[in-house]
Amino acid sequence: MTSLHKASTQDFVLSIEGLTVSFDGFKAVNDLSLYVEEQEIRVIIGPNGAGKTTVLDLICGRTKATEGSIKFRGQELTRLREHEIVHVGVGRKFQNPSIYEDLTVFENLEISFPRGRNVWGALTFRRDEEVINKVTEIAEMIFLGDKLDSQAELLSHGQKQWLEIGMLLIQDPELLMLDEPVAGMSVSERQKTASLLQRITQDRSVLVIEHDMQFVEDIADRVTVLHQGKVLSEGSMERVKADPKVVEVYLGH
Amino acid sequence: MSTISFRSLLSKNDIFGFVALVILIMILLPLMLDIFRLNLIGKYLTYAFVALGLVMCWGMGGILSLGQGVFFGMGGYCMAMFLKLEASSPEQTAIQSTPGIPDFMDWNQLTELPWFWLPYNSFGLTLISIILAPTAFAFIIGLAMFKRRVGGVYFAIITQAVAAILTILIIGQQGYTGGVNGITDLRTLHGWDIRTDAAKYILYYLNALLLFVCLFGAQIVRKSKLGRLLVAMREREDRVRFSGYDVANFKIFVFCLAAMFSAIGGAMFTLQVGFMSPSFVGIVPSIEMVIYCAVGGRLSIFGAVYGTLLVNWAKTSFSESFPELWLFAMGALFIGVVMAFPNGLAGVYSSYFHTYVERFFQMLKQQFYLKFLSHKTV
Repeated sequence: MTSLHKASTQDFVLSIEGLTVSFDGFKAVNDLSLYVEEQEIRVIIGPNGAGKTTVLDLICGRTKATEGSIKFRGQELTRLREHEIVHVGVGRKFQNPSIYEDLTVFENLEISFPRGRNVWGALTFRRDEEVINKVTEIAEMIFLGDKLDSQAELLSHGQKQWLEIGMLLIQDPELLMLDEPVAGMSVSERQKTASLLQRITQDRSVLVIEHDMQFVEDIADRVTVLHQGKVLSEGSMERVKADPKVVEVYLGH
Repeated sequence: MSTISFRSLLSKNDIFGFVALVILIMILLPLMLDIFRLNLIGKYLTYAFVALGLVMCWGMGGILSLGQGVFFGMGGYCMAMFLKLEASSPEQTAIQSTPGIPDFMDWNQLTELPWFWLPYNSFGLTLISIILAPTAFAFIIGLAMFKRRVGGVYFAIITQAVAAILTILIIGQQGYTGGVNGITDLRTLHGWDIRTDAAKYILYYLNALLLFVCLFGAQIVRKSKLGRLLVAMREREDRVRFSGYDVANFKIFVFCLAAMFSAIGGAMFTLQVGFMSPSFVGIVPSIEMVIYCAVGGRLSIFGAVYGTLLVNWAKTSFSESFPELWLFAMGALFIGVVMAFPNGLAGVYSSYFHTYVERFFQMLKQQFYLKFLSHKTV
């Protein structure tokens, strides 16, 4: 962990330094530093209330930091607004599948297609070859190729999770943040999701929050353990599992 | 390519909706009703502009405004100011202590036309201000509210407060606005008497035409990606925001669009009814307009028109016999519709009657083909 501090922030896709957020004096995230490398799958684990989701909220601009900096490829994110953070290349999936249930799968993906994002652009947006091809390609990737015209409401829970991942993929973000992507999935859905993540991470970095330890072992390059808003331990899954501090937090009480 | 975009703009159902409404408004009603009743329908149809705006803003975008009367009133007052100035020429107002200004100003000891009345000497500027003033006002409200992420119930309450404030302002500033009586005794538009039967027919058709233009405009927005974004925002505002959209801008746009529709309706109201007063600006008319939209079905642009006609027809026939009961009936209607038919008349149509209509058309088509073929063989 200390060796990472010495490297230049330019080498990292994401570098968080001294990040603190306090809600009425309660520090949900406390002087946190975290660095994510190119094409890395980083998993954040930790007990309930450790501040995992808050970290993602801070990165994507949903929550404003009290102190500290979040740099994405050298650009400060804490000063940008949510949609601007998306424009520089950060995508975020929410904990509960957050899709538009009244629209079809195609329309869900189309809305996330990165074109016509202002009022005039949205009015004059045309569903051309490029859009149709891209939507179809992504739908195949997230196992929903034959569901393009179904209303999103009718999808199963796992399919909704995939759809939201697909909505992020079509934005082609350089940093993808997933909050519990396999929660509530069946074993086979979980395996498919793991292979999907392996595939989509080839040209981007991924930050994942997950509770399912088997899934974490399957996908993680490195694991960060959060506890009470601070980094408790960091490294490979093997190392983290053997760390007495981690064992103490998870099993100690 | 052009046929594809036409199809995506108007589905078979939409075409049916437009045609049915054109037949009803442009042909059936004028044939069936005398000019007094038709003028009444024309008045109702001006409220349909507001209901249409609410379909876009509330039904699709989830932004409930309880102050649409403000924009209806602004459009109406802009038109009324022009007509009033025309009716207040020095010759016509020679008996006043200051001839050449509207009568209510004279009664309130004003001796000069206030500066903000001056543009209304010009018909061109009047038309521009009918569209621009309410839209700009909606833009300011939208900017102040949506950029700060004020939404839902809080936004509804604020729009209601705006409606109340504007009413109080109009009533309080009698010398400038005509006060509680409004602006009355309007006679001519560019010398053309708007009170004759012929003028009423022309204005009815102009109103209907403008309504169809607005309906078509709404249809374009509805079928664009912006329309789908509004639905998406209604459901998952955060997801839209984190898909790279500045949500506030889209809300401002649709709120301004609704305001513009309302203002056109208001201006046509003044022309057809011959006056404008604060009783069409305040909270009560604003809420009534929401009820028209809810009864018609807040997701259907055609439903808005039918809902407005139905509720107003009921209001007129009901309040002729039981004037004091009407408000209670209206409240009950609103609660009943929301509880039992959340999608209003349009929802009832699509779940119960749509298949019959479809079958009826299939049958017609078959009959037509049979006849056509039998002719050929003979």
